[in-house]
Amino acid sequence: MLAFTIRRVFQSFVVLLVVGLVAFSMFRFVGDPIENMLGQERTGADIERLRTQLGLDQPFPVQYLRFLEGAVQGNFGVSYRQGRPVAEIIGERLPATLELAGVSAVLAIFFGLVLGVFTAIRRDGWAANTIMTLSLVGVSLPTFLIGILLIYVFAVELNVLPSFGRGEVIDLGWWRTGFLTESGLKALILPSITLGLYQMTLIMRLVRSEMLEVLRQDYIRFARARGLKEKSVLFRHALKNTLVPVITVTGLQLGAIIAFAIITETVFQWPGVGLLFINAIQFVDIPVMAAYLMLISVLFVAINLVVDLLYFVIDPRLRGDRVTAKG
Amino acid sequence: MTALAQAWRSDFMWSFRHSPVAVVSFFMVLVLVSGAVFAPLVAPHNPFDPASLNLMNGFSQPMQPNAFTGDVFWLGTDDQGRDVFSTILYGMRISLFVGFCAVLFAMVLGVTLGLIAGYSGGMVSTVIMRIADVQLTFPAILVAMLIFGIAKGFTPVHLRDQMAIWVLILAIGLSDWVQFARVVRGATMVEKRKEYVQAAHLNGRKAVGIMIRHILPNVVGPVLVIATISLALAIIAEATLSFLGVGAPPTQPSLGTLIRIGQGFLFSGEWWILFFPAVTLLALALSVNLLGDWLRDVLNPRLR
Repeated sequence: MLAFTIRRVFQSFVVLLVVGLVAFSMFRFVGDPIENMLGQERTGADIERLRTQLGLDQPFPVQYLRFLEGAVQGNFGVSYRQGRPVAEIIGERLPATLELAGVSAVLAIFFGLVLGVFTAIRRDGWAANTIMTLSLVGVSLPTFLIGILLIYVFAVELNVLPSFGRGEVIDLGWWRTGFLTESGLKALILPSITLGLYQMTLIMRLVRSEMLEVLRQDYIRFARARGLKEKSVLFRHALKNTLVPVITVTGLQLGAIIAFAIITETVFQWPGVGLLFINAIQFVDIPVMAAYLMLISVLFVAINLVVDLLYFVIDPRLRGDRVTAKG
Repeated sequence: MTALAQAWRSDFMWSFRHSPVAVVSFFMVLVLVSGAVFAPLVAPHNPFDPASLNLMNGFSQPMQPNAFTGDVFWLGTDDQGRDVFSTILYGMRISLFVGFCAVLFAMVLGVTLGLIAGYSGGMVSTVIMRIADVQLTFPAILVAMLIFGIAKGFTPVHLRDQMAIWVLILAIGLSDWVQFARVVRGATMVEKRKEYVQAAHLNGRKAVGIMIRHILPNVVGPVLVIATISLALAIIAEATLSFLGVGAPPTQPSLGTLIRIGQGFLFSGEWWILFFPAVTLLALALSVNLLGDWLRDVLNPRLR
């Protein structure tokens, strides 16, 4: 277990270094930073001075190390477009994205589990069949069309929910939250459904197929034969054993939620980091793109690491010598 | 028996004829693709020819004569009086073109790297597959966005709109090669141990020749299946990027760009500018997807 953990952490570290190299290369080779920083009235001496001052005359590895040093301290330079430190802009916008992603994840996991178990138990019932068919449609619909559809129904036709923005937010000093106001909560509904729907269908289909697999096994039949309550058989015996694959996929989907938030945020003009990233691409704002890339990678790598380590917590069979011996 | 009759009786065609889903989706794809390919012949108007546009025709409702000019448009017109039906045909052209080229690019790149990794093994294989693993950690759409952004930074400002389509192909293609590489690598490792490969090797064939002439034909089945499913994904990826405004420019609108434009008119009641491109996109993606599913079942029942 310890050897596995160390190797896994090391791997994550290498991935981050590679992504860091990509981000750094963007800075270094896409456009000329000097061009971007100096105006029209520059002289050769100005350029030279700035080049030395920024350390751009140093060899490539030295520059890369300096970039990493800055990145670790959260220093990603200044946005070309807004002229403010990137870290500050991202810090302002991150709460919006995290709140949206968090609510979507909770919705996706909760309804995914419930509907998955339901469709597995009543596998031939009309309700389960309807849900399965609907889920197929949900998987084929592109996220942005779901968002537009929801806007059309609930904002344009019924006019009950807002179609864009976060509503009123309350400033907690370092975190601006939309959870504490009515308009903030209302504004969350449509975007979080849009973002969570795809993940929910995935989790649901996975739970269903795993449950069907497990319910066929002998120990379930024996549990029933022992006269245990159906509830206990389903949830304590069956569901528990479906959780390992479910947690893997769910964990990876959490990362996907943060990435897909880009699309949802654009549809609903949600002021989060995803919208910031899209605008950065449109205006080729390299520092913002690089910082977003680093941020997302840290999140992804951390999620993957936690998911891998969670196996040991959930499944006692994996602990002990067998796994370490195997590799 | 003629070759055609023989083909008709083959297993492949038999399972095609006996799968209503496959038949329906095949004809759907056929209709949509020919509509796109022959757009200049089919479309009643050329939406990119300013001379054929009349601003008075703007916002015509579907199937109803325009209040000023009396012209009738099947699917209505947009704000500039462009026929929605024609813009969809031309838009589908760009969507399909980008989709096909991106998948082709991903396929060539992925198959090449997969063959090399599977055949040579060792360090080369480790490096290629590690890159693939790292890329797989991130959703394809995010990778495509990033590549689009970087490539855009490299193109000179005045060329950006003209180059956008090619940048888009590059971005979606690069985000999608991993699937091909993984499958081809696995299949190659299996084929490599078989006797015909060893025989070719003993005959003094060069490694490149063996890979292309002997191994490649034997791994083509799964590659075709992945290509079909990738096509549906690539079409949706293109639409998503264009919808987000980081894809096809308004001067060459794809279906995604049209949906982006149409979204602006949703609140003022001109629903058809958004609705018809969206339905077309769905029909296209869904039918390609179903066709891919069927192909997967027929060509390789074991492939999941």
